[in-house]
Amino acid sequence: MAKPRQAPAGLTRWVVALPPAVFLLAFFLAPALIVVLASIREPGEFGGLAPLPAWSTEAYAFLFGDIIYPEIFVRSFLGALLTTLICVVLAYPLAWLIARSPKRRRDLLVLLVILPFASNFLVRIYAWIMLLGPFGLLYSPFAVIVGLVYVHLPFMILPLYTNLERHDPALLEAAQDLGANAWTRFWHVTFPLSLPGIFAGSALVFIPVLGMFAVPELLGGTGDILIGNLIKEQFLDNRDWPLGSALAIMLTVAVLALAGLAAWAARRGLHGTEAVS
Amino acid sequence: MALLELRNVTRRFGNLEAVKDVTLAIEAGEFFTLLGPSGCGKTTILRMIAGFDAPDEGEVLLDGKSLAGVPPEKRPLHTVFQNYALFPHLSVSANVAFPLEVAGLSRAECRRRVAEALAQVHLADKGAAYPHELSGGQKQRVALARALVNRPRLLLLDEPVSALDAKLREQMQVELIALQREVGITFVFVTHLQEEALALSHRIAVLNAGRLEQLDEPDKLYAQPANRFVADFIGKINLIEVEVTAASKVLLTLKAPGLGEIAATDPRPIQAGERGAFALRPELIRVYGHKESADLKNRFEGRVKELLYLGDVTLYKVELANGFLIEALMTNAAPGRAKFHEVGDAVAVCWRHDAGVFLRG
Repeated sequence: MAKPRQAPAGLTRWVVALPPAVFLLAFFLAPALIVVLASIREPGEFGGLAPLPAWSTEAYAFLFGDIIYPEIFVRSFLGALLTTLICVVLAYPLAWLIARSPKRRRDLLVLLVILPFASNFLVRIYAWIMLLGPFGLLYSPFAVIVGLVYVHLPFMILPLYTNLERHDPALLEAAQDLGANAWTRFWHVTFPLSLPGIFAGSALVFIPVLGMFAVPELLGGTGDILIGNLIKEQFLDNRDWPLGSALAIMLTVAVLALAGLAAWAARRGLHGTEAVS
Repeated sequence: MALLELRNVTRRFGNLEAVKDVTLAIEAGEFFTLLGPSGCGKTTILRMIAGFDAPDEGEVLLDGKSLAGVPPEKRPLHTVFQNYALFPHLSVSANVAFPLEVAGLSRAECRRRVAEALAQVHLADKGAAYPHELSGGQKQRVALARALVNRPRLLLLDEPVSALDAKLREQMQVELIALQREVGITFVFVTHLQEEALALSHRIAVLNAGRLEQLDEPDKLYAQPANRFVADFIGKINLIEVEVTAASKVLLTLKAPGLGEIAATDPRPIQAGERGAFALRPELIRVYGHKESADLKNRFEGRVKELLYLGDVTLYKVELANGFLIEALMTNAAPGRAKFHEVGDAVAVCWRHDAGVFLRG
């Protein structure tokens, strides 16, 4: 248990906190506010926004009035959920293996996991076009999921590995000593103790996947658009900024609600795991 | 038949022989201790009994049946680990229920047995707590309850109290003795602390560098160490180099160079001319003023070189004629008198002829 460190004196505290505060204010809070304001204005005749004072809630009315938008939301959430699940299933054995490797080899394996980041993201997606094309799998929901999983897998492996690496091997020995076979040891000791890692990885995968538009655009078909594409379209193709802003806000609200729910569930369900996480 | 037997067990790690040809038998209901300095092989033996390690040679038998190839989860014995190894994500109750649930007991039966086990270790009100909320002593008790709850044939304890502070350790030792008596389960205890071993055990196996040096009851181990290692490892002792000059049925005459003759007894057949060490416990030596007479066979003059006043006792280090520094322990049982001699005093150290032991080699 870490002792609470003594807070730095008044002035130091302000000096240290100022740059990040200014940064967040200028590049996060202000733009968010601009988006909120944009969502309640009228679209301009040739794109952009109509001159003030032209306030309107039409974007929201439109959004909630057409079944296509909730549908795309639901499809995006399900897609993100599926991507996250597949990532967990693929990442777990790998993370476990890395965590169980001799210490010297672990660093090399972790390096291999993050090595793909060294090449450009779009190049790697184009590579998938080459790979999937000859099999006739391109421009399908399958291709989109493959691409999403591929891109986000390292974000699941790393937090899981970090978690699994810190497990005390004595706990597994204790479980075995008390009569638990390999299956029981995994489900009653390793898995529950790795939940914080799974949650962390899931957040790192699920949230970016929701907003992702490049992968569906490049690998998906016309019917495979996700919220990310939809938002992008409003700004760049349809030139309906208020609708795009309203969609972006809905996405943010939905993600925040989900994250809050997950945090609440984690606090309730994971009581006592602080010791290992 | 012994409950657990080790027959000619040897275990090697690379070139290192961690356990060398150890044979011993543990009886049902015993509080048995494996005692030795770190690296003596005691933990390796424990791991071979638990099944986490396997002998390279020899075998481990339970009820006369070899345990070779039986994995730890199939052995009817549990371990209390050095750092307790409590499951951090489970409450105290769930920790204790773990072996019961794994064994497939009904919910009601689990609950009943868990409550019983927690009551046994005085933690009845801590069932809902989590391990990180407990003190070291409480964790220790939970580990004990968890290991005992489904009544194993044997309980292995790997230095379970060494992580506790001195006061708590003593209390846990008393509780361990009471608990073992109450549950009647055989305890195999591993420690490097000789006082702990003496206080707790019915029998002690002293190990050194992988070898079994002596296996005996605590008082016998203390009074009749089999060799220099055991004599030196258990308690304080004076080891005086001697040669046997005469040996009758039980009486020995030992010659210590530069000191003279020591009268001793030994029931073993010992030949004149044998060399070895005469081992003598400090508390069996009396220190008199050199003019005081003592009706004791062994009397050697010397001078007090150092003394350590410890309150209840005083340790005198007396330099003898041959330069040997002999340690004598005297209780300060005389009211109003702290010590009997001062540094530099000419004194005589005396002991009965049956006070010490001759150690061969």
